[in-house]
Amino acid sequence: MKIENGIQAVIGHLLSKQTTVNKKMMSRIKVLFERKKQNILNVYFTAGFPALNSTLTIMKSLQDAGVDMIELGMPYSDPLADGPVIQSSGTIALTNGMTIPKLFEQLKNFRNEIQLPVLLMGYMNPIIQYGFENFCRDATAVGVDGLILPDLPMFEFEKEFGALINKYKLDFVFLVTPETEEARVKKLDHLSSGFLYAVSASSTTGRDAALSNQEKYFNRLQSMGLKNPVLIGFGIRDKSSFSKACSYANGAIIGTAFIKALENATEQEIPSRIKNFINSLK
Amino acid sequence: MLYGNVEELRSRYLDIINDPSFGREFDLLLKDYAGRPTPLYFADRLSEKYNTRIFLKREDLCHTGAHKINNTIGQILLAQKLGKKRIIAETGAGQHGVATATVCALKGLECIVYMGEKDIQRQSPNVARMKMLGATVVPATSGSKTLKDATNEAIRDWINHPTDTHYIIGSVVGPHPYPDMVARFQSIISAEMKWQLKEKTGDENPQTVIACVGGGSNAAGAFFHYLDEKHVRLIAVEAAGEGINSGRSAATTSLGTMGILHGSRSLVMQTADGQVVEPHSISSGLDYPGIGPLHAHLFASGRGEFYSATDKDALNAAFLLAKLEGIIPALESAHALAILEKIRFAKEDNIVICLSGRGDKDLDTYMRAMENLKI
Repeated sequence: MKIENGIQAVIGHLLSKQTTVNKKMMSRIKVLFERKKQNILNVYFTAGFPALNSTLTIMKSLQDAGVDMIELGMPYSDPLADGPVIQSSGTIALTNGMTIPKLFEQLKNFRNEIQLPVLLMGYMNPIIQYGFENFCRDATAVGVDGLILPDLPMFEFEKEFGALINKYKLDFVFLVTPETEEARVKKLDHLSSGFLYAVSASSTTGRDAALSNQEKYFNRLQSMGLKNPVLIGFGIRDKSSFSKACSYANGAIIGTAFIKALENATEQEIPSRIKNFINSLK
Repeated sequence: MLYGNVEELRSRYLDIINDPSFGREFDLLLKDYAGRPTPLYFADRLSEKYNTRIFLKREDLCHTGAHKINNTIGQILLAQKLGKKRIIAETGAGQHGVATATVCALKGLECIVYMGEKDIQRQSPNVARMKMLGATVVPATSGSKTLKDATNEAIRDWINHPTDTHYIIGSVVGPHPYPDMVARFQSIISAEMKWQLKEKTGDENPQTVIACVGGGSNAAGAFFHYLDEKHVRLIAVEAAGEGINSGRSAATTSLGTMGILHGSRSLVMQTADGQVVEPHSISSGLDYPGIGPLHAHLFASGRGEFYSATDKDALNAAFLLAKLEGIIPALESAHALAILEKIRFAKEDNIVICLSGRGDKDLDTYMRAMENLKI
């Protein structure tokens, strides 16, 4: 009896400890969505644009301006999901000398200043060359919270890469489009953690989103009982499209319009440009 | 994001192309419209010069001037069965673009062809042909402004038009099922070679088959029925541009490493950081930083032998063929011919070279070369 009680006490102790650990370990993205369910603003920018060393300045300014989350793009020579504006920011970033090792070097101590959840967005080829596991390890080590890799197919995720992403406790966000069938949306939601990325239309980034045309699709997503919150992206550019997107989901992602706002900005101009842009959305 | 598009194709293409009615229509169009079978021509004077027996598989005599029509006929029939109304394609030299515009005119479907801005300049006759055939030619202005970037733009178009559009890829690249499907449609080349050789030599197998490789569609077609004939040498010739180590080359097996490009994992010319390198070749059709997965496999397994020819080698081979045989080859095919200078074949060997296209489209380049070389 005594021993059993003792064991139970130990187990109880372990369990309670486990809960605190869990809370402590809960990703910044999940913590954000626990705290805030609506009007989440996630801003995309390309690392190395407009200048090689703009990364931290931009992150700090975004944090100061009150955004909720950052999607940090890693430039690639052939970004198939992106329209001309983000493509060209990537070309400039590559010309400036941005690489994955360089980015991790810049992010080494960013958690001293940035509390926002940060996801890395990029394409598979540069990551494969860096080494996929090394990439996950180093992303976690610097304090990155999750990944968005639009050209990592679901079956490759299940077969090989998902296990590594989970091993390093990174959230992973899949994209769904209006054409994605319901069963597949559910599966992608099941495999995603953090949130699900609802592409506003079947398009590349930066096209005009006629959000009201997609009402049926957004309502369908809402009624599916998904486990993850949903953020809408692609074509969200200003106050009206942002608030419209927020009416259909937990929030939205802005990329192209933000990159445009940063075009030709000097290091000194970046904070005010960002402040003005973010204020214009509110 | 392209899952739905590719999955529809993957799940249906084998059923459709294996259907007897599809086969009948495909064969009939290849015969009456494309002009197949193309001749297997014994090149007497070329054979004499290189002291071996050289046969040319005359894909240059196909309607539209290259082997590309074999694949576009297959894919337009497939697109019709899938109920698609709009066709997109990428093109390098313009041969695939012309072949696509042609079958779209034949079937009355809308056609949009993406072509690198640089290629539009160096292949203007083909641009005019596409327009005359009713296609819209859209310049790809990103990156190196060549085939890779045209392919990027076509893929982006497909993302933007997921339901009504079929993407006719011109080579054995891209996501599954394209490499397999395009190779099947091009396999008619080696199917004909077999019976034609049997007629001419008594043996359906030659000692060697030679073809140029950019993405690798004519080589895939020329090798297809010989893949399991282990004693038939398969020689692929890539474009070395100004020289393999010149920094201006498109020789993917020499310079490439495993990577992901346009939806397939294969050899890719890239930096150590995984950025895709801009290739160079005098021939727009070989100016591609990747290679089809089939060829990457032939290279890795040693089943295929990979060589390269420079811009200059190809020009010399083209002028030689024109003089000795009265045939002006496409610059792409001239790379395959150039290998005759590098490898010595036995006198009694039967060598088949796939003459994938004709040189009309390259006359500007040939005229400039004649001035420079004082020919």
